[in-house]
Amino acid sequence: MFGLYKKFKDGLAKTVSAIAAKTHGLFGGRRIAAASLDELEEALYTADFGVETTNEILAEIKQAYGKDKELRGRQAAEIGATVLQRVLAGAEGVLTPSSPAPTVIVMIGVNGSGKTTTAAKLAWMLKQDGRRVTVAACDTFRAAAIEQLKAWATRLELDLVASHTGADAAAVAFDAWQAAKARGSDYLIVDTAGRLHTKGNLLEELAKIRRVLQKHDATAPQHRWLVVDGSIGSNSIEQAKVFHKNFGLTGLVVTKLDGTSRGGAIVGIWRELKLPIYFVGLGEQPEDLQPFSVENYAKAVFSLED
Amino acid sequence: MFESLTDKLGSALRNLRGVGRLTDENMADALKEVRTALLAADVHFTVARDFVERIRIQCAGQDVLKSVTPGQQIIKIIHDELVKLLGEGETSLSAARTLKILMVGLHGSGKTTSTAKLGKLLKKRGYRPLVVACDIYRPAAIDQLEILAKQEELAFYADRNSRDVPAIGAAAFEAARTATADCIIFDTAGRLQIDHDLVEEVRKLHAKVQPDEVLLVADGALGQEAVNVAKAFHDALELTGLILTKMDGDARGGAALSIKSITGVPIKFIGTGEKAADFDTFYPDRLASRILGMGDVVSLVEKAQESFDQKDAERMAEKMRKADFNLEDFLAQMQQVKKMGSMQSIMGMMPGMSGVQLPDDSERQIARTEAIIRSMTIQERRKPEILNGNRRKRIADGAGVKIVEVNQLMKQFQQMQQMMKMMKGGGAKKMMRQMEAMKGKGGVPGM
Repeated sequence: MFGLYKKFKDGLAKTVSAIAAKTHGLFGGRRIAAASLDELEEALYTADFGVETTNEILAEIKQAYGKDKELRGRQAAEIGATVLQRVLAGAEGVLTPSSPAPTVIVMIGVNGSGKTTTAAKLAWMLKQDGRRVTVAACDTFRAAAIEQLKAWATRLELDLVASHTGADAAAVAFDAWQAAKARGSDYLIVDTAGRLHTKGNLLEELAKIRRVLQKHDATAPQHRWLVVDGSIGSNSIEQAKVFHKNFGLTGLVVTKLDGTSRGGAIVGIWRELKLPIYFVGLGEQPEDLQPFSVENYAKAVFSLED
Repeated sequence: MFESLTDKLGSALRNLRGVGRLTDENMADALKEVRTALLAADVHFTVARDFVERIRIQCAGQDVLKSVTPGQQIIKIIHDELVKLLGEGETSLSAARTLKILMVGLHGSGKTTSTAKLGKLLKKRGYRPLVVACDIYRPAAIDQLEILAKQEELAFYADRNSRDVPAIGAAAFEAARTATADCIIFDTAGRLQIDHDLVEEVRKLHAKVQPDEVLLVADGALGQEAVNVAKAFHDALELTGLILTKMDGDARGGAALSIKSITGVPIKFIGTGEKAADFDTFYPDRLASRILGMGDVVSLVEKAQESFDQKDAERMAEKMRKADFNLEDFLAQMQQVKKMGSMQSIMGMMPGMSGVQLPDDSERQIARTEAIIRSMTIQERRKPEILNGNRRKRIADGAGVKIVEVNQLMKQFQQMQQMMKMMKGGGAKKMMRQMEAMKGKGGVPGM
């Protein structure tokens, strides 16, 4: 468990943890002055937590400060982490195979959020767990998206079903399901083209993918995950809302959390939609996709060591 | 949906009525709202704070103009200040020939797509661009650029066997000579600004090719992180401009203000869609309106001007005035609206409508209405009153709809004609009542 936390922490903060740095050691041993509460507010905002969560954390720390003027930075950080854990309670998604196989996971998201890379990493991870996995290259729109997934498939020795650019994405999904079934795969991971949530016609294509999968299995796709770029701000909440309304999301994957971004917008998404977060992307290597842990996330954000 | 700053200020400033002068005291609530609105639009915390301070200084001591409400006056001050901040600096590209452009940014920000788009734009401006694939990391990134270059008929250079990015950059000059290119655009790999090795690599590429322009490609929806990203790239490479991508979404684009304020680097282009032509020069006033949630009226008007024939519009207005408006005119009008783009994108530009989602079938509804009218003879379109049962049946069959739908359209069209007659007669009040009644019946045909 500690190893996993370290991975999380290292990934989440390759540089000095942003929050700790911005508060100038506020979360060290120093006593909190009233002025440093302003700095704390700044730190929380710059983590993209949004107005609501920021105010909630601030209120609790202020309350504790009101009771105890000797409050130290570390205690304030602990309060912050506790509030965050409370807000995110239940936000950890756990992936289990459903029966009958294959369990279908569709990756959805705006352009450049990291769907293709996540699909490859996830397939690799499930394979490491001893599962049989088939990947469907349903991004038939973007130039070289299929080649990108093919390169991953070769590198990681993944089963891939692909057609050509311009092909009907739903037809590829249909064939891929059959192939997955025939090969006895536990999982079918469907990579889709990036689309902005404001484009109605592209959302329709997703609905079509879903419809054809349901011809094989009425419960498919069991998982419909939104892949969210962790460095995007409040708009990721809008993205999630619209995709959820149109496609009934079942979970999230948050990518690119290995920068200095805190990915606080996921807190906003959780508050609004209660969609569990299954995985976080913490780097470019296949093993950098990690299960999401509320405790680890909260601790890493507030730079709390055990 | 975002509540626009205009609405928020309205309520914050209610107690300001009757105040003759804006002071720090009576402005406090309003400025708090300004700050919250900026933060909600993803403007960086410190940038928002400094900006609010500038507004406070500008507002203090100003007389409240009699003609407008204090809210409108403050919004004008904010808007002007935003335009000033966003628009500072040179937005045109360097005049150098050979023009060398280096594209940099985070993963997935849109560098490769923007490289092709910029190439297309420069080609239109008379350059002969060569695009160079310097992303040796992401699988198939080279293929992607090659395909896009082929589509846009741009010269392309890559070395699939080399792992030495600066050397690839240097070799591109030879390729440019062979292709007689006078503009070289280097597409680089996505990299985190804190990834020391990769930042070092792009610095070496920079030193080798000595670009005239270093453009940071940034997702318009970036959050608070935008500041760290821009600062680090600027420190490492001395950026000369910014390209904001994915602006066809509904992100407010506050990141642009953050990046601009922190680095001073001018915003040069915005990406507005997946097609190579969806690439625009940057207009500060439009982005200012967008950040404030005021809608992009200027773009809307321009789009309308581009797609509407002035004479047609006048003729149409005249017809409406005389209530001499038949189904043929209606069809022509629908076509003009369609030329402006999708209904959804038009809605997005209207003030207060940016987050409104049209029902998914609204485009289809318009297409059906069109099909019905197109299934009529010219005579029927001009004189809809001649439509009897037989004709309606024929039209329905031709358009692939049910007769009910034809009847519905005719009924709505009649109501529309009645409305125009009432406008002609000046019965405005009567018309309002009529419109209320229509609301429950599905509104104007096809809308």
